[in-house]
Amino acid sequence: MDVEILSRIQFAFTIAFHYIYPTFSIGLGLFLVIVQLFWLKTRRPIYHNMARFWTRIFGLTFAVGVASGIVMEFEFGTNWATYSRFVGDVFGSPLAIEGLYAFFLESGFLAVLLFGWDKVGPYTHFFATLMVCLGSHFSAVWIVVANSWMQTPAGYYLAEKVKVTADGLQHPMTADLAAGTFTIKEIPLPADYIVQPEHLDNVRAVITDFWGMVLNPSSVDRLIHVTLGCWLAGAFLVISISSYYLLRKRHTQFAKTSLKIALVFGTVASLLQLWSADSTARGVAENQPVKLAAIEGLAESQTEAPLGIVGLVTWEKDAEGNIIGINESSIKIKGLLSILVDGDYLDMEKASQTEVKGLYELPSDEFIKARHPDATPEEIAKLRPDYWPNVPVVFQTYHIMIACGMALIGITVLACVLWKLGLLFNLNKKWVRAFLWLLVISVFIPQIANQAGWFTAEMGRQPWIVYEVLKTSEGLSQAVKAHQVLSSLIGFFLIYTLLFFVFLYTLDRKIKHGPKDDESIEVLPERWQKLVKIEHGPTLDE
Amino acid sequence: MDLNTIWFILVGVLLTGYAMLDGFDLGVGGLHLLAKKDEERRMLLNAIGPVWDGNEVWLVTGGGALFAAFPEVYATAFSGFYDAFILLLFCLIFRACAIEFRSKEPGRLWRNCWDWGFAVGSVLAAFLIGVAMGNVTWGIPLDHNHEFTGNFLGLLHPYALFLGVTTVALFMMHGNIYLIMKTEGDLQEKLKRWVKITIPVYIGCFIIFNLWTIFACPHIESVMERRPIELGIVFVLALLVVANIPREVHKGRYFLSFLSSCAGMGLLMLLFALSVYPNMIFSNPNPANSLNIYNGSSSENTLGIMFWIALVGVPIVITYTSCVYYIFRGKVKLTEDSY
Repeated sequence: MDVEILSRIQFAFTIAFHYIYPTFSIGLGLFLVIVQLFWLKTRRPIYHNMARFWTRIFGLTFAVGVASGIVMEFEFGTNWATYSRFVGDVFGSPLAIEGLYAFFLESGFLAVLLFGWDKVGPYTHFFATLMVCLGSHFSAVWIVVANSWMQTPAGYYLAEKVKVTADGLQHPMTADLAAGTFTIKEIPLPADYIVQPEHLDNVRAVITDFWGMVLNPSSVDRLIHVTLGCWLAGAFLVISISSYYLLRKRHTQFAKTSLKIALVFGTVASLLQLWSADSTARGVAENQPVKLAAIEGLAESQTEAPLGIVGLVTWEKDAEGNIIGINESSIKIKGLLSILVDGDYLDMEKASQTEVKGLYELPSDEFIKARHPDATPEEIAKLRPDYWPNVPVVFQTYHIMIACGMALIGITVLACVLWKLGLLFNLNKKWVRAFLWLLVISVFIPQIANQAGWFTAEMGRQPWIVYEVLKTSEGLSQAVKAHQVLSSLIGFFLIYTLLFFVFLYTLDRKIKHGPKDDESIEVLPERWQKLVKIEHGPTLDE
Repeated sequence: MDLNTIWFILVGVLLTGYAMLDGFDLGVGGLHLLAKKDEERRMLLNAIGPVWDGNEVWLVTGGGALFAAFPEVYATAFSGFYDAFILLLFCLIFRACAIEFRSKEPGRLWRNCWDWGFAVGSVLAAFLIGVAMGNVTWGIPLDHNHEFTGNFLGLLHPYALFLGVTTVALFMMHGNIYLIMKTEGDLQEKLKRWVKITIPVYIGCFIIFNLWTIFACPHIESVMERRPIELGIVFVLALLVVANIPREVHKGRYFLSFLSSCAGMGLLMLLFALSVYPNMIFSNPNPANSLNIYNGSSSENTLGIMFWIALVGVPIVITYTSCVYYIFRGKVKLTEDSY
């Protein structure tokens, strides 16, 4: 295997593993803020017990998140050095800002959140919790901004960097001018300039508009989508563990209260996600039509384009094994894709007449012609599949994500209905117990959706590392050999496998250990007890 | 002063902050196995418990700042030192997990495994950081595109290896002094005995390393000709500050000796900065291919934007980091939330 595929596997593996944990901690962080608000409002020790227990779970997910997250900050440099040189002027800033404004905030106040119970008062502790939650959300903001810039680059221009000597002469960046003095200048390249691999020594993306980069066409949509995905992961972790306690008849009061809060949180998030998904997909249709056609498996451009629910896409290959098209078979709803892309739900008749471009016209002939000036029309058609992502895979990952999202809406709404009817905690009924078991295993659903969603976003961007600007194959480190990446990949695989099992084992132990059921005032840290007594008297009724 | 120089300083400040803060965390890792009893080991771990995570962020942010301000340097260093950085990442992962997971089970085998993970991860991380610094000072083979053309074994030459050893000695001394401040009773007495070894070992390394640099390091001669006064002053200051460490320890003023140790690191980094500036990575054997703060930097626009962002952010970070250290001041006590 070559450096490209190995580097891609390594990046995908390390980031997919990492992404399990921050989703939990972002969602749980917000949940902790809510629980502590309940505590401050009611002063009931049960909310304190909840804050304590869920903080311990939070601490565990956070620790593995930190351990696996350091890798991501450095992997751009180790494996994607050419990419880093090319985009550093634009892409480095969000990463640096993430460190300065998010990581410090999270990790600094995490100390108070985890170890500060006896050291600070409840308000300071609440403030620390809020800051940790805010920090983890900031972290999501800047990393999604950086990634969205790769999807829909904006606020930059391409320039050739040159050395200008005192006499005004321009030399290439790589020229040996050690003896003389020079300044470095960026000479803008024409708007229709296409990056050539051999120019990557001198050509760079240079920022023009910082906020244009931050608020690129896809960042807001994707940020909301990712954040809601994280909230769902956190909410369902609480739902799952609480349901388990209910079924095991342990910590029942604790579990009920946790479940109720998490369920409201999860329901709101899953319904908002429906709206966010719609908006995000419309953004993809507008900004990355190839990706849209790929995830929907749409071959021909058409009006009344159908929406696939479940199905199969395979490559169509010629005798020599070259990809020439796709075979798609799925259960579809006619016209729905056109309506969704149009977004005018009030006039569906008209909306269904919106044309959605298919893969056989994407990318456009002009786009390919510009990159292959000498190609004949037949050759252009042959070259087109080189500019497609891996359609059979992204079709599936996308549909897995959608199915998971729908399942989450179904589960949360049904659980709310059962709760309203007074049935959710009626453990005597067999089917209620079955439903609670479903809630126990449902912790995996947001995780699968989050992973599938990222795979769709990233694989759907291929063959580009910066969409329609720089190819993934052009972004690799020149100094790194295949055997180096292979050995690091094996190393990561072994370490992360070990880590994953230790995480599961420790999580299981923490769940078995459980929260305190003691609801007397003595569970509170000493300093906090006084505060409760002064304001509310010693009685803390149920 | 131009923006490139300001960012050279800022990246330096972040990395110095990392050395001063995470330095004692890594040093505690180096001393960890020397404490034999489980309770002692827990005391050591919990002395850094609330702060180690925040300390490591200085490295991550330093990396991010390097990426934003000097992308060419970031790309060259990280891809050039590929195996070393991957190994460093493995160490940091193991360390973090060991701290987190060790306390979760009372079993002896469980705890022993994580103890080793913590100790080896810490020492090796410190060593690798030193080796990387050594290579940057010495120079590495770069081609005209600033791509590293050497190999992993070439990075392991004696000078760099010795700086690795020096870094381990420095961090262990630093961690030792930190631990004396955070402990009391028998354990503190034990640590006071250890510091009688860790300080002389570091001072020995410090002297040899400086002599080695002055007499053998390429480029150093031209730098010494260019800034003899600056280098001389900082060097003398560094010597005085390092000599002050055992003095303060002898008088029992551990906080002052800790501050001296921090100042020693700061001056060492300043010495390093003065001997490379305006270069960031020397090319050896062909100095014309070196990366400096101009040919390795982002555009002026980015440097300007990031400067304002840092100007707002860094004071905020320092403020609340100080608050966190203030909240967790005093001797370590094991509680139910401890590691």
